[in-house]
Amino acid sequence: MRTLRLEIWVGLGVILALSVVSLGVGVIKLSWEQAFSDPEALRVLIVIRLPRTLAVLITGAVLAMAGIILQAIVRNRFVEPMTTGTGQGAALGILLATILIPTAPLILRMGLAATTALAASLGFLAIVRRLPVTQPLLVPLVGLIYGALLGAVSVFFAYQFDLQQSIAIWTTGEFSGVLKGRYELLWLAALAGGLVYLIADQLAIIGMGQTMATGLGVNYWQIMAAGLLVISLVTALTVVTVGMIPFVGLVVPNIISRRYGDNLRQTLPLVALTGAGLVLISDILGRILRFPFEIPVGSVFGVIGAVFFLMILYSRSRSAY
Amino acid sequence: MITASNITHQHNGKPVLKDVSVQIPGGGITALVGPNGAGKSTLLSLIARLQPLQSGQVLVNGLDVQTTPARNMARTLAILPQTTEVTPRLTVAELVGFGRYPHHRGRPGPQDVAKVDEAIETFDLTDFRDRPLDSLSGGQRQRAFVAMVFAQDTEYVLLDEPLNNLDIAASRSLMQTLQGLTRDHGRTVVIVLHDINYACAYADTMITLTDGRLGPCGTPGDIVSDAMMQQVFRTDARILRVGDRVLVEA
Ligand SMILES: Nc1ncnc2c1ncn2[C@@H]1O[C@H](COP(=O)(O)OP(=O)(O)OP(=O)(O)O)[C@@H](O)[C@H]1O
Ligand SMILES: [Mg+2]
Repeated sequence: MRTLRLEIWVGLGVILALSVVSLGVGVIKLSWEQAFSDPEALRVLIVIRLPRTLAVLITGAVLAMAGIILQAIVRNRFVEPMTTGTGQGAALGILLATILIPTAPLILRMGLAATTALAASLGFLAIVRRLPVTQPLLVPLVGLIYGALLGAVSVFFAYQFDLQQSIAIWTTGEFSGVLKGRYELLWLAALAGGLVYLIADQLAIIGMGQTMATGLGVNYWQIMAAGLLVISLVTALTVVTVGMIPFVGLVVPNIISRRYGDNLRQTLPLVALTGAGLVLISDILGRILRFPFEIPVGSVFGVIGAVFFLMILYSRSRSAY
Repeated sequence: MITASNITHQHNGKPVLKDVSVQIPGGGITALVGPNGAGKSTLLSLIARLQPLQSGQVLVNGLDVQTTPARNMARTLAILPQTTEVTPRLTVAELVGFGRYPHHRGRPGPQDVAKVDEAIETFDLTDFRDRPLDSLSGGQRQRAFVAMVFAQDTEYVLLDEPLNNLDIAASRSLMQTLQGLTRDHGRTVVIVLHDINYACAYADTMITLTDGRLGPCGTPGDIVSDAMMQQVFRTDARILRVGDRVLVEA
């Protein structure tokens, strides 16, 4: 069987190199000797740079994975959680939590966000099931409208309760606020992403349709539920900790799937690595392009992602995988 | 043995199967024939629990398809549907490999690899092993799906018009492979065929379906006749008998 070991090692190497760069980039100048001799420099590294780099890597990886899971579930390559309601559902949830249970522990407010994210995803699926299968482009279109509607509801509540500032934070993805002690929830997302690997085959099978799934003895609804749960959890965790970053879940899976196909057991690790790498590149560029100011990671990713996407689209013969 | 009892089924209120009760003997090839829209695919998919039964019962080897755990069922019965919706982005070997899923559940062992290789060889796909499905011709792709069902290695194999897109060599070779399966391995094959000649040449039992009702059933030699062609297919195609072979006029 064809495996993607080489690609995965290359990916890991690139990410390691990028991480070193990421640790070095910031308003406070650091050199490697300092990191070992100067306690202040070491503190910057441990409290700011390392958490930020880890947060970026985890976010990129899990968003890309959430994208490919949703695409398998919906059987449409043009959807991703951040633009089709899940992200907006999470933002609405954390807003409601801030209004209703502001003093509750973070994990509870987080739970509410994950719940509304799940409800929003279910709503999206319910709508999609009624669309004609012959028009696959309707799905992302309807998803965008649905997401925008949910977003509008959030904005309405935000106005009512004077929380526009907060909603802006949740809806624009940004890593400059990441500090040690303020991003650790993301590890939960990383864990969820890792667990998805256990059902990689089942997800690939439900991606081939309910008939195929039944024929191969896969419980379609159970796997669908597990996938949705992961998507909602991961989306809520990233929205709450770093804000919404659109398109990662769309661009990365499409790049990988076009090049390597849909055997998820093989491609999922590569999807995660590519997501992590591209978002990290975007974050580093966002930090240095207008130094000492920062460009939000989402904007940079929009450009980089589009370029990568077009390159893949135009570059190769289809028989590569 | 497959026992379907009192199957009545509707699509959007339109009756498709009307109180169909049929027994398909274990071992051998059973051909399901009938005109377009007769309900063949519906019957097959109900037997293979691809759609929930609206009424009646289906037992495969005594297992109720509605209540038997999905994985057990998938190791007892494999189905190739008439249309395989969208072509997945997989290579031939990957697709055939998914046929082993009910056995290994994500951790393929040497036996699974061997079965996949065997299936690929049997259906003459060695040259296309690592080719993406969407780069194959219609017939090659059809063979890949058949190979996947074959790799699933179940006692019962249900095939809905597997000869679609296949040339005469591939069609005969598939039918001979199926015959080998039933004769040497005691498997049971149920196959929807449109070409009565293939049904007559290879099937041990023939089941006919018209307008959702069961028609004549039996060995092809016994039931195929001018009258039967008229009754089941509403065509005046004549039957020629050459020795013990039955041929239908084109
Ligand atoms: N999903 C569906 N929705 C509505 N009607 C359906 C559906 N599937 C099948 N039918 C109807 O049920 C009847 C039987 O269909 P079925 O596919 O079982 O026929 P068939 O015998 O397999 O025909 P063919 O030889 O053309 O494959 C047809 O009249 C068809 O229009
Ligand atoms: Mg049919």
